[in-house]
Amino acid sequence: MAIKIGTEQFTERVDNGIHDDFMRGAVASAQDGMSMKRKAATTEDLGNWEEWRNHGEEIRQHVLKYLDYYLEQLSENVAKLGGHVFFAQTKEEANEYIRSVVQKKKAKKIVKSKSMMTEEISLNPMLEEEGCEVVETDLGEYILQLDEHDPPSHIVAPALHKNREQVRLVFEKKLGYTKSSNPEELAYQARVTLRKKFLAADIGITGCNFAVAETGSFCLVTNEGNADLVTALPKTQITVMGMERLVPTFEEMEVLVSMLTRNAVGQKLTSYITVLTGPKEELDVDGPEEFHLVIVDNGRSNILGGEFQSVLQCIRCAACINVCPVYRHIGGHSYGSIYPGPIGAVLTPLLGGYDEYKELPYASTLCGACTEVCPVKIPLHNLLHKHREVIVEKEGKAPVSEKLLMKAFGLGAASPTLYKIGSKIVPAAMSPFISGDKISKGPGLLKAWTEIRDFPAPNKERLRDWFKNREKGEKS
Amino acid sequence: MKVTIFATCMVDMFQGNVGKAAVELLERLGCEIEFPESQVCCGQPAYNSGYVKESKEAMKRMIETFSDAEYVVSPSGSCAFMFNEYPHIFAGDPVWEIKAQTLAEKTYELTQFIVEVLKIEDVGASFEGNVTYHTSCHMTRLLGVKEPPMILLQNVKGLKFTELPGKEQCCGFGGTFAVKMAQISEQMVDEKVRHVEETGVDYLVGADAACLMNIGGRMERLGKPVKVLHIAEVLNSH
Repeated sequence: MAIKIGTEQFTERVDNGIHDDFMRGAVASAQDGMSMKRKAATTEDLGNWEEWRNHGEEIRQHVLKYLDYYLEQLSENVAKLGGHVFFAQTKEEANEYIRSVVQKKKAKKIVKSKSMMTEEISLNPMLEEEGCEVVETDLGEYILQLDEHDPPSHIVAPALHKNREQVRLVFEKKLGYTKSSNPEELAYQARVTLRKKFLAADIGITGCNFAVAETGSFCLVTNEGNADLVTALPKTQITVMGMERLVPTFEEMEVLVSMLTRNAVGQKLTSYITVLTGPKEELDVDGPEEFHLVIVDNGRSNILGGEFQSVLQCIRCAACINVCPVYRHIGGHSYGSIYPGPIGAVLTPLLGGYDEYKELPYASTLCGACTEVCPVKIPLHNLLHKHREVIVEKEGKAPVSEKLLMKAFGLGAASPTLYKIGSKIVPAAMSPFISGDKISKGPGLLKAWTEIRDFPAPNKERLRDWFKNREKGEKS
Repeated sequence: MKVTIFATCMVDMFQGNVGKAAVELLERLGCEIEFPESQVCCGQPAYNSGYVKESKEAMKRMIETFSDAEYVVSPSGSCAFMFNEYPHIFAGDPVWEIKAQTLAEKTYELTQFIVEVLKIEDVGASFEGNVTYHTSCHMTRLLGVKEPPMILLQNVKGLKFTELPGKEQCCGFGGTFAVKMAQISEQMVDEKVRHVEETGVDYLVGADAACLMNIGGRMERLGKPVKVLHIAEVLNSH
């Protein structure tokens, strides 16, 4: 699975998304609600939000610039605390290391808190192959896991596409749940079931919102407190992080956590912000006896230092997803990737290749809503455009008919003479398609346009001719 | 004041009324208008589709065309923004970067020019009608022109204004997006049309001919009675 979700082609996925009325209603109301909450959380009592964005960008760019230094500092500090650090260049290496820990511990029961990185490396299928029972403890992820591993459609709210009735049905089928679709009752059921899983788990696996290089700590942000139990109860803990997800000190962590929660869920702080430093010490009453930090590259080194480096600034807040007008109508699954929306359309082709994901950079009007909200100022719409340039000019993956058309455009638009002749014959060339003052069924590129909209008939007199004739009139 | 009109290819060929209104309006405000014959397309359709090499030829032509202009004014936020992108596109080019920079610095969107350069907030227009306004993405987010069209519309006598719900959302045009991703574009423009209808206005006004052609074309196909006008046409009514 890795980052890929589903087996359908892009157009089929989009078609499914567009015809999923419930999902679209849920996404639209979530987007509308979120954008109000985000605006309030980023403007009220914070002073100048643009300055915060500049600061966020500065922190992330600094970390990327000195990534080798901070990674070394982090791993040294984790090791000093008695933790184990493993650098995985590929998802296979990450999985093999985690497999070896599982085997050594003879672990059978594993609880996880939400982690996109473990989705990216397809950790769960490997663990299940090892005969382990793996339980996702984030409520959204838990629902999806119960529902035959339905993939996430949003990086912060993975089950956004499901309503409570659908959740009730899943619980009824998988847990023998008999009560109503009241969210409180549903949550209670999840709480009772999950509590037993936490208590029985051999290993807890977490993702990582930010690791702090100076102290060897790492930080998890949740609203459910599940990450606290995942890290407090099992004797062994494995934390899996993308290699770019770190900050120099607690000072920068505080800034970024605040920006993350305000942008992700419109909250000043989430209910739980958990910071853990190494395995359990002598006087600690809980926490893991053994701690493993798996730092995953999985293609990130290739992005570093290149024209797409700024995508690694991402703090996974999903603000771009929550404002994207394309995501609004097609939903997360249409992207065919665990990373949907604008950030997904930029990141996915870099991690999963253009062959599989060449449509994604075009699934944007370049409206810039994503760039406008990004708290760490990733120029997302510029990066989408950059992908198009790479697809056309380096990868040569554009359709032949489009290439010819653009070649003609290059010639025509660059030459005033050709443009003048071309624009002059437009009315005549289009005349078979014109009725009244519009075109309702056009040829070529206009065909797709006129399938749903009218196109104006060309001016009988071009503006330039009107202007010239008018000047002549004035002079005579 | 001498103003050189950057009409845009869309307006030159398909939306003549918009160009005429812009020319007449600026003349009424005391400007002397020039229309260089050698102007072509700004290159945006090819550029945004990833054909940077092809589009650069059109860009160079435009840079040369407007090299002598004092002010370049366009009735399109998106195309004016494209001129602002030229210096980034030619970054590092020993010949064209500086020329592109010069062009970008003297280029204005129509309402921006009226408010920021001419320092006029009331153009003396009167227009009887209920109006809503579509804030185009490139004009507001990328060019950063938000206030000028609102200031000018507020001062039009007789005009009754209703804000468009979801005004920050893209209309689904996106250049070749409208035909490449036609199915998604349809959903986006349909939501925009629903929002326009919710306002109950008679006129939808905007400052970008392309967005208006998208929303207007869809409304016409659906038989909606709302009329579509470019802001230049409203400001030129008196």
